[in-house]
Amino acid sequence: MFDRRDLLKGAGLAAIATALNSTKALALDTVTLPFANGERPLVKYPQKRPMIGLTSRPPQLETPFAVFNDGPITPNNAFFVRYHLADLPYNLDPDKFTLEVKGKVDKPLKLSLKDIKKMKATEIVAVNQCSGNSRGFFEPRVAGGQLANGAMGNARWRGVPLKAVLEMAGVQAGAKQVTFNGMDGPVSDKTPDFVKALDLDHATDGEVMLAYGMNGEDLPFLNGFPLRLIVPGYYGTYWVKHLNEITVIDNVYDGFWMKSAYRIPDTPNNAVEPGTAPKATIPINRFTIRSFITSVPDGAKLKAGRATLRGIAFDGGKGIKEVEVSTDGGKTWTSAKLGKDLGKYSFREWKLPVKLAAGSYDLKVRATGNGGETQPDTPRWNPAGYLRNVVETVRVSVA
Amino acid sequence: MQRTVLLAIALAAGFGSVTAAPVNYQLPNEVAAFKPGPNLEVVQGNCSACHSADYIKTQPPMKDKKGFWQAEVTKMIKVYGAPIDDADVGKIVDYLAATY
Repeated sequence: MFDRRDLLKGAGLAAIATALNSTKALALDTVTLPFANGERPLVKYPQKRPMIGLTSRPPQLETPFAVFNDGPITPNNAFFVRYHLADLPYNLDPDKFTLEVKGKVDKPLKLSLKDIKKMKATEIVAVNQCSGNSRGFFEPRVAGGQLANGAMGNARWRGVPLKAVLEMAGVQAGAKQVTFNGMDGPVSDKTPDFVKALDLDHATDGEVMLAYGMNGEDLPFLNGFPLRLIVPGYYGTYWVKHLNEITVIDNVYDGFWMKSAYRIPDTPNNAVEPGTAPKATIPINRFTIRSFITSVPDGAKLKAGRATLRGIAFDGGKGIKEVEVSTDGGKTWTSAKLGKDLGKYSFREWKLPVKLAAGSYDLKVRATGNGGETQPDTPRWNPAGYLRNVVETVRVSVA
Repeated sequence: MQRTVLLAIALAAGFGSVTAAPVNYQLPNEVAAFKPGPNLEVVQGNCSACHSADYIKTQPPMKDKKGFWQAEVTKMIKVYGAPIDDADVGKIVDYLAATY
């Protein structure tokens, strides 16, 4: 299962060579994420290149940020991994896999993977981002997975529209929501199983998809093989992995992972005064708009003269209208040239040639969406550490 | 148990067969360990059932350590149904506050 090309790129080749035939955890090296207690091992999992290890059980892997400078599509073997519950279907058999569609439908379905692959396929390029992406940067700090900016990725997903499957089943009058359950579950039966819900209108919008393909290959096991939900523009919590149970219901689902977890403040910018609790909350939903410089890491030393800054931007589905860059800490801004448009849910590349004389610079990047929304200068705060989209700053020295 | 049975079937079918077989995804061995501290065995016995030690180790350094860890342990019991004896709760919180 090891990919030799990745191994050769990795550090500590001798250590890897001795471990090739074992399943020992390969702590290749460590990285230090830029916040307190940010030291993490670089780990090697089957089907994955060396990734930033957050937790080992359940497996949680963050994408090393340099990957995002390689292009707008995140390779499958670099795509982040997030699970809540540790009972994963490590031995699932794709030939015996069935997707059940039940509840308020005229004709309950049991579809095999073959049945699903026989249906008319569609593709969409879409970003998946963990709700907790960038949580480690929250100040004051909050509990939860302490991620830097690498719990996101952009892929070309292939599968069938959820709408088509629900039409086959025949949604009954009075249906309100659709719930999604995967084969992964809790270790203890006292722990709430991970089940998510979408409103029926959203579930049948033609864009929400059941995907079996990712960037021209099967889904990697840790990204939900053999089937996962794709909810373009929405945080990853809705993108249920190893999806095998879809239930149409005539009420609003009140399971733990919708009613109590993954909630954001019901305030105009979904933020509250740092350190305080919101009075009312709503389920997390669309991504906030974000942009990053990918070509220069924070703290880099650059040569004086011309350089081309590059990066990515994305939002919750309106698409990116403009990306601006500042080399003077936000006093003046220049429009960057946008890269190829892969769709409104995709990463949008940008680049901008700049000329830097010797000195220290705060490089900033700010995206504006087709709906006019942009990124704030100061970070918003909420108790769960969601929705970060402050204008990011990369500090460089030029000599 | 189920894992062993499926593995046995996969073995019987023969490796290298082109017919699809169970995935049999192999996680690397778990290396994260709890730091030494008071009541370590109580913590290992209770916390390790559902998650690895790095879940704890990677949490942010908080000013009010005891309050933070008390809230986390309470969450594990109330929200996630962790079967922790009342007598062990204080020991676990003390270990976490003193060690992380």
